[in-house]
Amino acid sequence: MNRGEALLLEVGAFSRRLVTRVGRASLFLGAVLRRSQMPFARPRLLLREIYTAGVLTLSIVVVSGGFVGLVLGLQGYDTLQRFGSETALGSVVALSLLRELGPVIAALLFASRAGSAMTAEIGLMKATEQLDAMEVMAVDPIARVIAPKFWGGVLVMPLLAAVFSAVGVLGGWFIGVVVIGVDEGTFWSQMQGAVSWEEDVAGGVIKSAVFGVVVTWIALYQGWSCRPTAEGVSQAITRTVVLGALAVLAADFVLTAFMFIGV
Amino acid sequence: MPDQLVVEVKGAVAGYGEEAVLKGIDCTVRSGEVVALMGGSGSGKTTLLRLLTGQLPLREGEVTVFGERIAGAKRETIQRLRRRLGMLFQQGALFTDLTVFENVAWPLREHTRLPERIVRDLVWLKLEAVGLRGAASLYPAELSGGMARRVALARAIALDPELLLFDEPFAGLDPISLATVGLLIRRLNDALGAASVVVTHDVQESLAIVDYVYVILAGRIVAAGRPEEIRASDDPFVRQFVRGEVDGPAPFHYPAPPLTRTLLEERA
Amino acid sequence: MANSRFDLWVGLFVVVGVAALFFLAFQVSGAASARVTGETIQVVAYFDNIGGLKVKAPVKSAGVLVGRVTAIRLDPSTYRAEVTMAISRAVPFPKDTSAAILTAGLLGEQYVGLEAGAESEMLQDGDRIAVTQSAVVLEKLVGQFLVQRSAE
Repeated sequence: MNRGEALLLEVGAFSRRLVTRVGRASLFLGAVLRRSQMPFARPRLLLREIYTAGVLTLSIVVVSGGFVGLVLGLQGYDTLQRFGSETALGSVVALSLLRELGPVIAALLFASRAGSAMTAEIGLMKATEQLDAMEVMAVDPIARVIAPKFWGGVLVMPLLAAVFSAVGVLGGWFIGVVVIGVDEGTFWSQMQGAVSWEEDVAGGVIKSAVFGVVVTWIALYQGWSCRPTAEGVSQAITRTVVLGALAVLAADFVLTAFMFIGV
Repeated sequence: MPDQLVVEVKGAVAGYGEEAVLKGIDCTVRSGEVVALMGGSGSGKTTLLRLLTGQLPLREGEVTVFGERIAGAKRETIQRLRRRLGMLFQQGALFTDLTVFENVAWPLREHTRLPERIVRDLVWLKLEAVGLRGAASLYPAELSGGMARRVALARAIALDPELLLFDEPFAGLDPISLATVGLLIRRLNDALGAASVVVTHDVQESLAIVDYVYVILAGRIVAAGRPEEIRASDDPFVRQFVRGEVDGPAPFHYPAPPLTRTLLEERA
Repeated sequence: MANSRFDLWVGLFVVVGVAALFFLAFQVSGAASARVTGETIQVVAYFDNIGGLKVKAPVKSAGVLVGRVTAIRLDPSTYRAEVTMAISRAVPFPKDTSAAILTAGLLGEQYVGLEAGAESEMLQDGDRIAVTQSAVVLEKLVGQFLVQRSAE
């Protein structure tokens, strides 16, 4: 067998594994969606997941959003004043945050803070037979444990992205208006003139909801399918963060192409 | 209803991968009985338990629990059967984010709509039965291995099951905890009028409490009988197993080519 | 007690998130101020060149927002741009009103400016604005300027 053949074999085996994995993950998502009655019939389960996924992620989202807004204010001003259009600072800051940075960075933070916690919790429950125990006690772990986490993550993500963008705009305002001295009225009216509610704000919300589905799905599936050992769980957590980040960036490209550019 | 057939396994073949772990098993458990499934690690004991709980598909044969066939049963049937059984997992499998009290209350809260007052009364009774009323507010991480297993036992009996399954209840326990868990299994089974299946390789401890023993080797039942019959058995494997001898019909070596050949191949 | 603590935090979280959404909707995008409220009429105007005009661009009169551009297409028979606008019914415009495509600032976004006429009859739904002035295209302006200079 020559090297070309070996390479082809390798590619074939890789594709097969990839297809198998994506297929299994899709079946898993299907099962989660089909057994999603419980989180809505028992809101307390959902509430707990909103707490762990949302409330505990809020602080890092606020802090990062603030810093990103401050940097956007500085960089935006530096670039814009070369063309004498520093009055456009408000629209630059708001558009970058609403369309891209808010949803994307909030989703990356969500993947590393809440996503990894979900994977760890489910992986450990699996390793310590807690999921098996539930099943034997006639309680479906997908309905009882996975589905509430899924919906918690999906509901929380757009709110986190909105908080990120809002805090970022305030950061940009602080640099532009308070520190540098751009006229306050111009700052806001330029922003309001450039930002459209349907396209930019709603578009950002839709983006972040999609990211919420993608990241939560990856996190839950990694936990659910990990090898039930300490090493397996830690590998699954790493994969959640890495795959989650990659998936968010890839999904962002696709969504941007469809929503704003209209391919 | 004494002497009612609770579990009946006929010619069961099952496994995970290519090769079957269980290669044709027959056994029965009646109400009031405590039955031990003994065998070395990897002999298929736990696999048999997973068949009884409907967690593993059956390839051949028949498994009947409470008079209903497990293989090919609908999801609802399996769920209905599972509500009538309690299982103790090897490491307890307690929910680590809940206190001892909430762990025991969990099945009651999930499956019944009892008022909170009654749930609490029941939990106190179950904790009293395993002697851990004082540990109610602790978290599983704060418990010793033996205590965790007793809490898990309290949780397993929360809904007064008619069939109790124990996966290695004695593994890794100190002698006192070991005796305590053994005593509890016997006592709870008799108090509930249930049937119990104990999967174990702890020979002496289980021979002391059980009514009947099946000895499994490599997916087949090689011996069965009352504890005294097992002790007196002159079957070479049973003797090796009961006395814990290193070599015998169950070999010390995992199947391998002769050592000289391995060494020579290494050189080549 | 643990439950009410969850409720409190989750409630707070939802309030913060919704407040952020409101902030984005009204302060950042100015959805409230930019929306033409109430009933509108549709009018059409034809331009030789619309420059960079886009759908949803504002329609202003004397600098005040009175409507939005709802559709832009090329008329296949005349090859002129057909711009459809929704204008607030609350402010009726005379029939001989003229429309021009203007630019906010030197490089800002383009909008339609309406200049009210003198007739007593008002524009109705589906009417056409006859007098239009196309967008100023910078390249043409520069070109004209150069031609004039060389002719001198």
